[in-house]
Amino acid sequence: MSDATAASPIPTAHPRGKSSLFEQDALTRRRNAAETRFRLYGLTAIVVSLVVLAIMLFTIFRDGTSAFRQASLSFPITLDAAILDPNGNRAPEDLAKVTTIGYGNLIGQQFANFLAAEGIAVEGITDRDISGMVSRDAPGRLRDMVLANPALIGQTIDFTAYATGRIDGYLKGRVTMETAQLDSNVSVEQLQLADLLVERGILSVAFNSGFLTNPDASDQRPESSGLGVAIIGSLYMMVLVLIFTLPVGVAASIYLEEFAPKNRLTDLIEVNISNLAAVPSIVFGILGLAIFINFAGLPQSSSLVGALVISLMTLPTIIIATRAAIRAVPPSIRDAALGVGASKMQTVFHHVLPLAMPGILTGTILGLATALGETAPLLLIGMVAFVTNYPAGPLEGGVLDPATALPVQVYSWASRSDPAFIERSSGAIIVLLGFLVIMNVAAILLRRRFERRW
Amino acid sequence: MDDMRLVERTVEQLQSKIEAKGVQVYYGEKHALKDVDVAILDRTVTAFIGPSGCGKSTFLRCLNRMNDTVASARVMGSIRIDGEDIYDARVDPVQLRAKVGMVFQKPNPFPKSIYENVAYGPKIHGLAANKAELDSIVEASLRKAALWNEVKDRLDATGTGLSGGQQQRLCIARAIATSPEVLLMDEPCSALDPIATAQVEELIDELRSQFSVVIVTHSMQQAARVSQKTAFFHLGSLVEYGETGQIFTNPKDPRTEAYITGRIG
Amino acid sequence: MSVFMLLALVAVFSVAGYILCRQRALKGAAATGQKLHSLPNYYGWYGFVMASVPALLVLAVWLIAQPLVIERQLSGFFPPEMIEDDAARTLLFDDVRRVAAGLDVAVAQGALTEDQAANIRTEFGSIRDRLATVGVALGAEVTPPVLQAAQDYREMSHIGALGRSILTVLLSLGGLALAIRVTKPAFRARNRVEQVVLALLILSSTIAILTTVGIVLSMLSESLRFFTMYPAADFFFNLTWSPNFRGNSELGLLPLLWGTLYISFVSMLVAVPIGLFAAIYLAEYASPRFRAIVKPLIEVIAGIPTVVFGLFALVTVGPFLRDYFAEPLGLGNSGSSVMTAGIVIGILNIPFISSLADDIINAVPQSMRDGSLGLGATKSETVRKVVLPAALPGIMGAVLMAASRAIGETMIVTMGAGAAAKLDLNPFEAMTTITVKIVSQLTGDTEFNSPETLVAFALGMSLFVITLGLNILALMIVRKYREQYE
Repeated sequence: MSDATAASPIPTAHPRGKSSLFEQDALTRRRNAAETRFRLYGLTAIVVSLVVLAIMLFTIFRDGTSAFRQASLSFPITLDAAILDPNGNRAPEDLAKVTTIGYGNLIGQQFANFLAAEGIAVEGITDRDISGMVSRDAPGRLRDMVLANPALIGQTIDFTAYATGRIDGYLKGRVTMETAQLDSNVSVEQLQLADLLVERGILSVAFNSGFLTNPDASDQRPESSGLGVAIIGSLYMMVLVLIFTLPVGVAASIYLEEFAPKNRLTDLIEVNISNLAAVPSIVFGILGLAIFINFAGLPQSSSLVGALVISLMTLPTIIIATRAAIRAVPPSIRDAALGVGASKMQTVFHHVLPLAMPGILTGTILGLATALGETAPLLLIGMVAFVTNYPAGPLEGGVLDPATALPVQVYSWASRSDPAFIERSSGAIIVLLGFLVIMNVAAILLRRRFERRW
Repeated sequence: MDDMRLVERTVEQLQSKIEAKGVQVYYGEKHALKDVDVAILDRTVTAFIGPSGCGKSTFLRCLNRMNDTVASARVMGSIRIDGEDIYDARVDPVQLRAKVGMVFQKPNPFPKSIYENVAYGPKIHGLAANKAELDSIVEASLRKAALWNEVKDRLDATGTGLSGGQQQRLCIARAIATSPEVLLMDEPCSALDPIATAQVEELIDELRSQFSVVIVTHSMQQAARVSQKTAFFHLGSLVEYGETGQIFTNPKDPRTEAYITGRIG
Repeated sequence: MSVFMLLALVAVFSVAGYILCRQRALKGAAATGQKLHSLPNYYGWYGFVMASVPALLVLAVWLIAQPLVIERQLSGFFPPEMIEDDAARTLLFDDVRRVAAGLDVAVAQGALTEDQAANIRTEFGSIRDRLATVGVALGAEVTPPVLQAAQDYREMSHIGALGRSILTVLLSLGGLALAIRVTKPAFRARNRVEQVVLALLILSSTIAILTTVGIVLSMLSESLRFFTMYPAADFFFNLTWSPNFRGNSELGLLPLLWGTLYISFVSMLVAVPIGLFAAIYLAEYASPRFRAIVKPLIEVIAGIPTVVFGLFALVTVGPFLRDYFAEPLGLGNSGSSVMTAGIVIGILNIPFISSLADDIINAVPQSMRDGSLGLGATKSETVRKVVLPAALPGIMGAVLMAASRAIGETMIVTMGAGAAAKLDLNPFEAMTTITVKIVSQLTGDTEFNSPETLVAFALGMSLFVITLGLNILALMIVRKYREQYE
């Protein structure tokens, strides 16, 4: 057949070897190989991106899930009145005079006594090692318990205390006998004792709600640090950002889409909005520091300043999304409303805005999700500070109290030296990602629910 | 049985270039082309006419497998060019398209220079060994497309800067630069003004001496002016195929007659 | 009267305005038999607006202006040489405010009477000790001029607060009265209210401009202060960065700029090929189903906060590069490095480039592709020789935007690049960037009067100018490109 083709008298301008379609010539084979390679590059690029994403999420979950679990020691404590209330009158002022050091000694002693009574012992272990297994957070908590309820004095209570970060790490596999030999913060004997305690059920790992509710804790006691303040701070900020940006963003978008004449001012505004969306976030931090803190004198580290800075950053995003939503409302709706004698303003507020609302809300939620993860500007306005007190309630001016935010907490934990804080930092990311997933799912559902085909 | 008819036709015309048998095309669920049998002759202008959506462009795009680029399209049946089934697994559409060139409805020069536009095909198919050869291919193609005299002084100018008719002739030059054996034209004049249309039609007539040309058109006058054979498509079926003169003066099928006289379409 | 009380009072007047005007309009219509020009609610809103807007505007202006005016007044207390220097001036007024606030607390707690607070003199004992008893800690003993200034500051603040309250209340009531007076059935309430709403809309849309102005002014003024303390030529051309809070710092921009550009360059080496190829595959090869699944997955990367990438750089990428590349190759032993930060920023920018490039590639008309495929070009030839050249300006724009993002990225470099300012070529060496130094100079307890702190504003200004320049260039290119196909 192909021979017949070759014989056919078709004059070609540029003669070339006639060949059957069924046989690929060398050039075509080369070209097809190049095609396959090119396609493979594309696929590789996609696979690389997804694999990196998977590795990142995997390492975070591998390191972080253990933050939600915590090793704790349970043992009885006799609250010796002679130590805790030397005057014997239960007067709050006198009780308060016993410091956490006193409580610490009591806990250490009682724990050692308890182990001796139970006959649990490891050769060569010192009392200091034994009491060193209990978190330094425990005395403070016991003291608060006693001060809140002085009737406990003299009784024997079952006390549960966090184990220190190293013991916790041992039970989670982060600390091993080998690393303990090189580590001045933990001894091999302590780990041997920990094994015995686990067997006896005195030391156990359980879900740690404190990770979500405790405030931050100092370098020496990673086990008691938590996200309480950060979650409250982020929550305050998000609510404030919503309050600041939604009305302003919607108002600006309505003006630009529905009323703005084409002139230099509106041109300037347009250019400004698109440029602001691309300004590095740290620059907004500088703005916040210079204007809100230094000039306006608002308190450093407060959620209010954080929210103001983040609002300015988020505003362009929200304006862009809102304008798209408003533009998606077909002109026929406006014509219909104007046609029955509504004013331009009534048309916008009665018809266009309600129809655009689902789109606006979707855009706003996505904008807030981005805002929730912002870190850099918050560092500059002092939200990276070490805050151990919960901010007051929203009506008591809590937005002016020092707070941190979730992403900032991730950063400040990551920059501490104790490896236990890497676990905390990853755990905080899991919480942060959890919130982001919720917000994104909400946006997707909202979009699905109200999706409208004109 | 279809074969019988086909054999009858091919007996009259020995130089059959493309033979289609039982071609079906689906776009997803839509049955766009139903059981088309046709034999297209070498060195002849064949016109496909019919109302819009009748499947004539779909069939044209089957002939160089441009439908492969549409994800939802499925083609069944056999289309043979010089006796080789172009839907055979061994056939490389890239090689096929070098053999079966195509000119589109809207002039679509690349945003490159006029020279680069024409040289593109020869370059990718490795038709020129050196710059001099490439130059001569470009010149010959532009001459054949009757564009050489208008652009020879500005080969480096961008192709998108030409007028609509010039752009379409540039696209024709681009298509013939790969020295195809068949040239498919999908309504090549629909975006052109009457003067440019006349130029392109004249060109098509000249091209007949070297190529088998298949042209889709919605203009019956154009079909009558440029083609020797005409196929009438309606609702995805090939209704009638024959000598252009016979189709326009003495259609056998009542639907063809209805279309020719303007009652459907 | 506190500001909060004042706001509450204005709110009460405004609500009263709404009710009164609405009623008056309805009554007027009933009495005269005239038809109302607008819906009754509009008359109500008119009353509301008149009672609130002018009062609130004046209140806002007053709140901003009062501290400035008082500060200027108090300048007279100090010999000119004490307040000549900007830094000293700031410190001085910080002291004045702190003492004044201390006196306020003391009065509130009853440690001082109002009279005592106003007339106490340093001769009669230590103010610092007095204030310490009520829990106000002062850094140093109070000097007589500061004390006097503080007392005057209190007095003026009180007068100011009184004036502010009276003026605001009067304006609110005046507006209310005016609104009630003009409320007649024929009054075009709706038009008036709509004008006010329109004004509010315009005001909101200017916030973008105000933000830009705020950014520029805040950075410019502090940068200028910096340049009075530290020569600009040294800042821009000195090759050393070694801040020293005891003085004698060398604050050269160049090592930071080098680190920034080097890291951005590495990030672009990662992001551009991967992002571009991913976009090409998604736009030209992928089946609709593949695309529908993979595109959102890649965009997930863009939704992850940068601090997460920072931790990834710190914990995973840094040690990996150190153990498997830097140490075996003898190029150093630092986990933080140009490579670490660059690669991670590159990953962050992949979805940015790929989704922009995807849009741009899709904007190339299908007829271009048909033309090329119809000539027998393979898909990759079509992409490389027709689609990409046609999309090139748009892709250049996307790349420039990505570069600007890489330059402005903060968290990843803070956690993954290191803190040492170096002019070095070794990519496995720790280097630092402009953004890292802005963070380190401005976090913690800082006084805004040393060049070591203020340099951060000059760095911010440089960063702002660079990124803005890149973005404007990118926008121009993209806009031009869009015109080509419209």
